[in-house]
Amino acid sequence: MKIPNALLPLVGVAMLLAIWGLTVALRLVDPVLLPSPLATFRTLWEGMLSGKLGVDFLKTVMRTISSTAIAAVIAIPLGILLGSSEKLYRSVEFLIDFFRSTPASAMFPLFLVLFGVGDRTKISVAAFGAALVILFNVAYGVMNARKTRLLAAKVMGASRTRVLFDVMLLESLPQTFVGLRNGVSLALVIIVVAEMFIGSTDGLGQRVFEAQQLFDMPGMYAAIFAAGALGYTLNLLFLLIERRFVHWAGR
Amino acid sequence: MTSLASIAASPPGSFDESRRTAPHVTIRGLSKRYPDAVIYDRFDFDIPRGKLISVFGPNGCGKSTLINMIAGLVPADAGEVLFDGRPLSRVKFGYVFQNYREALFPWLPAFDNIAYPLKVMGVPKAERKQRVERLVARLGVKIDLSLYPYHLSGGQQQLVSIMRALIVEPEILFLDEPFSALDYEMTLFMRDQLQRVFMETKTTTVLVSHDLEEAVYLSDYVLLLSRHPARVVEFVPYDAPRPRTDKTLSEPGFIATKARCLKLFQQEVRRG
Ligand SMILES: Nc1ncnc2c1ncn2[C@@H]1O[C@H](COP(=O)(O)OP(=O)(O)OP(=O)(O)O)[C@@H](O)[C@H]1O
Ligand SMILES: [Mg+2]
Repeated sequence: MKIPNALLPLVGVAMLLAIWGLTVALRLVDPVLLPSPLATFRTLWEGMLSGKLGVDFLKTVMRTISSTAIAAVIAIPLGILLGSSEKLYRSVEFLIDFFRSTPASAMFPLFLVLFGVGDRTKISVAAFGAALVILFNVAYGVMNARKTRLLAAKVMGASRTRVLFDVMLLESLPQTFVGLRNGVSLALVIIVVAEMFIGSTDGLGQRVFEAQQLFDMPGMYAAIFAAGALGYTLNLLFLLIERRFVHWAGR
Repeated sequence: MTSLASIAASPPGSFDESRRTAPHVTIRGLSKRYPDAVIYDRFDFDIPRGKLISVFGPNGCGKSTLINMIAGLVPADAGEVLFDGRPLSRVKFGYVFQNYREALFPWLPAFDNIAYPLKVMGVPKAERKQRVERLVARLGVKIDLSLYPYHLSGGQQQLVSIMRALIVEPEILFLDEPFSALDYEMTLFMRDQLQRVFMETKTTTVLVSHDLEEAVYLSDYVLLLSRHPARVVEFVPYDAPRPRTDKTLSEPGFIATKARCLKLFQQEVRRG
């Protein structure tokens, strides 16, 4: 049997569904713990279209996007500034690496004190985590701009500002997108955790947690799949934007 | 005296550039050292006007360092380089890098790459377009310039680099081993492109080459350098008429010049 390459990714999916369905059909696992694929996807479908799941999904999307946007607005200019001066970057490198290595979840209590229980805390912790990732990548992108290209611009008489905007900025774009993609993934993780544990009434994290508490297994799996789809889509979205704007990356 | 008088008598502005014989670039007392070697020690040299000279010498002797110092990419420790008595800052020049992949801007189509130096100079868009089109026509270039550099072949990319260097109508053009990253067939083609450019523009050209055949074939003079600290071993003239072709390569004059350069080079390498 020959499978067209485009359909290959579906093979894994089909296999997972088959094993899952078989496990349920043969009653290998307590049906209360593992509902059938059909029941799960029906719950997902109905929840997204008319139920509370869709609302929670949108809430999480909004929070993730806002925190990534805030992070990008702060971190991109800062990263360019730091990257354009090797000395400046070296002097704050340790701080960036230190906080980048600090689990953002450890910052929740601090941000709770600062912003109270609510969206502001969730969004700012996620923005904090994402900003460091983006900052580090942008600065590296700027610092690692090809020497020849900078020289070429210099030989043509370009001023320092022109070199910064015409060359360094564009040179750093591929790396900036790496930062954005990692940043949005991290922001999603932080937002979902925050929704679970810091007094949230909505969002996918809260939805998963609540379903588990109520022993609503199809609801829990549905929310997990919704979160997975969200993460995957965000990543894909950034990849598509990157392909469109950074057409030269890797060539 | 008579020539002075005749120059004085001719109306202003009618001076024939081609009759100018003073050197174009004068290099005096140029010195450069790196932590582990003295590359140049009070180096003097004159670059003739409107000629194509090749710089040839042992590996690591300082060929790139020389043109980079002249073009201001590498600071000299001491000495001065003057272009008709003026400093570099008042001179329009072109520089072509060996590594065309890293020298062109991949985010700009070839056309905009060529026009970029004009943009830096503040030339308005319409005029930029006109000037690029004029250059393309003049050089008879047949490349689709709306393509991005990564869609062009290596030779085409280097041709775009050369055009980017020429667009400002430089008074001097530097090329550092411009063809050494190309395959042989493309190198042969590009040599003739460069010769054509030179015949067309008569721009003073300094070409660093590691290929003696290429150095002689293309140039009016071959500058042979010694190991560092680099001295001028000899400034070998080669005056075969242009355009030179495949036939040139088998002419006695070419063979003799190449043999002479090779002999001097080998003596220099053996001195170790
Ligand atoms: N930035 C640097 N720091 C230390 N040494 C250097 C530096 N740049 C060049 N050199 C040394 O100076 C010498 C001359 O270098 P240069 O690149 O000018 O030689 P070249 O004649 O162009 O060599 P090649 O034939 O390899 O192109 C070499 O021995 C090189 O190792
Ligand atoms: Mg060199």
